[in-house]
Amino acid sequence: MNGTVTSISGATVCVDLLDLKIGDRVFVGTSHLTGEVVRIDDKIATVQVFEENRGLGIGEPVTTAGGPLTVALGPGLLGGIFDGLQRPLPLLLENGGDFVSSGQNPFPIDRKKIWAVTTNKKSGDHLHSGEAFAKVREGHIEHLLLMPQDGTLQQLEEGRLTLENPVATLADKQPLYGWHSWPVRKARPYQSKLPPTRPLVTGQRCLDFLFPLLKGGVAMVPGGFGTGKTVLEQTIAKFADVDVVVYVGCGERGNEMAGLLDEFGELEDPRTKRPLKERTIIVANTSNMPVAARESSIFTAVTMAEYYRDMGLDVLFLADSLSRWAEALREISSALEEMPGEDGYPTYLGSRLSGFIERAGVVKTLSGGQGSLSMILAVSPPGADFAEPVTQACLRVSGALYMLDTQLAHRRHFPAINWTQSFSLYSDTAMAHFVEEHEEWAKLQARCRDILQREDALREVAEVVGMEGLQDGDRLLMRTAEKIRLDFLCQNSFTEDAFAAPKSTIESITTLVAEHDQLSAALANGALLDDLLKEAAHAPR
Amino acid sequence: MRLAEHQYRSVSAIRGPLLFLEKVFAARLGELVRIDAPDGRTLTGEVLKIFGDQVLIQVFGGTQGLDTKRTSVNFSDAVMRAPLGAGVLGRVFDGSFRPIDDLPMFIPEFRQPVIGAPINPVARAHPEEFIETGFSTIDGLNTLVKGQKLPIFTCAGLPAREMTEQLLHQARLPDGGPFVLVFVALGLTHFEYQFYRQTLENMQSRFVAFVNLADDPVVERLLAPRLALTVAEDLAFRQEMDVLVIITDMTNYCDALREISTAREELPGRRGYPGHMYSDLASLYERAGRIHGRKGSVTLLPTVTMPEDDITHPIPDLTGYITEGQLVLSRELHQKGIYPPIDVLPSLSRLMQHGIGKGQTRSDHRDLSNQLYRTYAKGCDLRRLEAVVGRDGMLAEDRKLLDFADRFEADFVHQGSKRRTIDETLDTAQALLDDFREVAR
Repeated sequence: MNGTVTSISGATVCVDLLDLKIGDRVFVGTSHLTGEVVRIDDKIATVQVFEENRGLGIGEPVTTAGGPLTVALGPGLLGGIFDGLQRPLPLLLENGGDFVSSGQNPFPIDRKKIWAVTTNKKSGDHLHSGEAFAKVREGHIEHLLLMPQDGTLQQLEEGRLTLENPVATLADKQPLYGWHSWPVRKARPYQSKLPPTRPLVTGQRCLDFLFPLLKGGVAMVPGGFGTGKTVLEQTIAKFADVDVVVYVGCGERGNEMAGLLDEFGELEDPRTKRPLKERTIIVANTSNMPVAARESSIFTAVTMAEYYRDMGLDVLFLADSLSRWAEALREISSALEEMPGEDGYPTYLGSRLSGFIERAGVVKTLSGGQGSLSMILAVSPPGADFAEPVTQACLRVSGALYMLDTQLAHRRHFPAINWTQSFSLYSDTAMAHFVEEHEEWAKLQARCRDILQREDALREVAEVVGMEGLQDGDRLLMRTAEKIRLDFLCQNSFTEDAFAAPKSTIESITTLVAEHDQLSAALANGALLDDLLKEAAHAPR
Repeated sequence: MRLAEHQYRSVSAIRGPLLFLEKVFAARLGELVRIDAPDGRTLTGEVLKIFGDQVLIQVFGGTQGLDTKRTSVNFSDAVMRAPLGAGVLGRVFDGSFRPIDDLPMFIPEFRQPVIGAPINPVARAHPEEFIETGFSTIDGLNTLVKGQKLPIFTCAGLPAREMTEQLLHQARLPDGGPFVLVFVALGLTHFEYQFYRQTLENMQSRFVAFVNLADDPVVERLLAPRLALTVAEDLAFRQEMDVLVIITDMTNYCDALREISTAREELPGRRGYPGHMYSDLASLYERAGRIHGRKGSVTLLPTVTMPEDDITHPIPDLTGYITEGQLVLSRELHQKGIYPPIDVLPSLSRLMQHGIGKGQTRSDHRDLSNQLYRTYAKGCDLRRLEAVVGRDGMLAEDRKLLDFADRFEADFVHQGSKRRTIDETLDTAQALLDDFREVAR
């Protein structure tokens, strides 16, 4: 079916193509730009074009792809770097040069690569959608090939196959490949959702100890610019104890994406000793790439994350930043001349966002296993104002808040997580796990919180009477609190200290608290703080 | 592709810098048009919107003197392109790429669309090569690296102009390699521009300037940085030069954006600035960078004047989200007579970690900068305490930290018009820390 372009306003294009559905993918103009149908009026459909469309003219042809925007799911995704439409960026580089030009649509995964396919299914087996019919080894994981629909297997192949060779044939003669496509805006199905129970170790002492996250949980990280959202997210992406990491840069800086790509190429996974990039999928839609593709990027990424979850794996999804995604939503809404809600964002911001965030969780998969999809979502509130709509909309649907503090960041306290205003609703559940390994975990956590809390109160007093005016006991407390802040809560992402295992975390805090108790006891026996500190400074370490 | 040039005399309305045209056949988005005014002037414009056979055109240059009867519009079938070539060096142009240095236009080798395509993130090389600016607070604590974009956030009345002028003539590569400056003046007053002129004249062929003054057409304020960046990309990635683009002042750019956006009847966002300002700014700032396997680089130093000294104002705020750090000027330091008045605590260079240390600057650089930051931050904290309890009520160590903060500002931040090499900067830091060994950590 063919139609033509009838009007153009920025990325919003009207076409006279009939029989389209909302969400259908269309190809616009002679240079074949990808677009998505967002509105239908009588005989005119409004299309959001995902690519730079300068030069597009009235009367140019439009064709439909016959369905919605989809991603290809199959072995070979790990280690991949895609844009918001799942176009493989390394291949675009090879074919199109250093700058991304419009109108290229290569297949996202390597179709020529040979995989060793094995199966325990046989001809005549009836399988439901989402069940595995075969498997291949992809790096460190066992990649299950999942049924895209219900069907009876008729003929099965094993051995060295590419994604172009059918692995099986269904009873209705339809070939079954090692990959299938899935519409990005439709959550992948599962049997049931389970409550998250296991902690997700991030390697950040402040998070694991004070505000732990669970596998299947959702944390949001709001912070003004310069508070270290990106570094924190990237550090977690490197070290979190999960099987697969999907990192999406929606509207991020190109140079920071480049830094991430460089580092992932060099670093190895401390657990599997394999290159870190082999467990990672990166979706990079930098800030000057088209707005509409930025909007779709989180859906493209989360669909790939769900796919690996459906194999029974633990997947971590990181987005930097959701605010940039919301900005894209706002720009598109404004181009469609929709009635704006708060701060110009469309009124459906909240529902769109929660629909997306609810794709996280622990699930019983269709093939009977258990997989988890956790999310850590950076938010960049304009002017570091946490009352703004995106932060608030996220807050309603996330289980942990890691609030980044501009004051801490100015002092180069990184990660700049504010320990009085952050929280985790997963704390109790995670604690139950940590206590199994380290029984004093809960007690120490309470001590640590208490010390930090009391320091806050004392600081106000000190501002009135001066440090000199404080009692020795209080000065000691302030000294310990400072040590907790500088030696425990601060963690340099550019050194060995970037990852702290729970064991070393508990050791550091034990030492700090023990020293505090020891000095307190000496004070109680009549010693003077200044003498004690002098001794401590000269004592061999 | 149309073979013949199309000409129309069907202007139906003129609003501000916008022209509405009817009964147009097969226009293209972004298509360049030539407008012949009744008084004989020739203007250029660009197609912004097309509704069936109606076309909305943004006019570069003023629309004064245009009418609906005699004004004719010629469609070119091409998008806006910038003329490029080696001849561009040493020249001064206006916001529409016309020479304003009394020399004839150079002969372009070819032309490129002014809307640059985004660099493929996979093709980007991570910025990690040091650029020496001669300012201790930048080189020592907020190091600029090739391919980075690092804005200067200033307040009205602070000497951002003096700093920019100094950067123009003192920025250089540590190995003294070829280095070109692209200077973009947006909405500057004649008085302000005078300030830079002498410096540019002394630079001979090491620069290109695009000048849009306060009384020049507003639309050209949006065009000038795009022309400049297209030139910069060509100098960097085709002619293999390291290019530093200095843009002053982005606040004027954003105000122009707001003006045009209102004329287009777009829905206003925060403080009346258009909702697409983030994407628009990104389309400029993101053109900074390096590319694997290519020699040159584009580094960007834009100046942003914070309205009401407010760093959370949409202009500095959105800029901060796109750029890799910021240099923040402080009114307080300026009052104390410190120049350059860079407040290092809220300042940040996100990419400095890879650009400093052995092989780049000096092996002790990272250590020195960390110590300075930590000690100065402590001293600044104590200033609040001092204000309450007075110096006498404080511990000896705390008094020492206060002294450090003062000395840091006087010796390290303050350098007057003198240029410091990176070695001089680090030596100053070392000397200062030596004097305060017992409190510096």
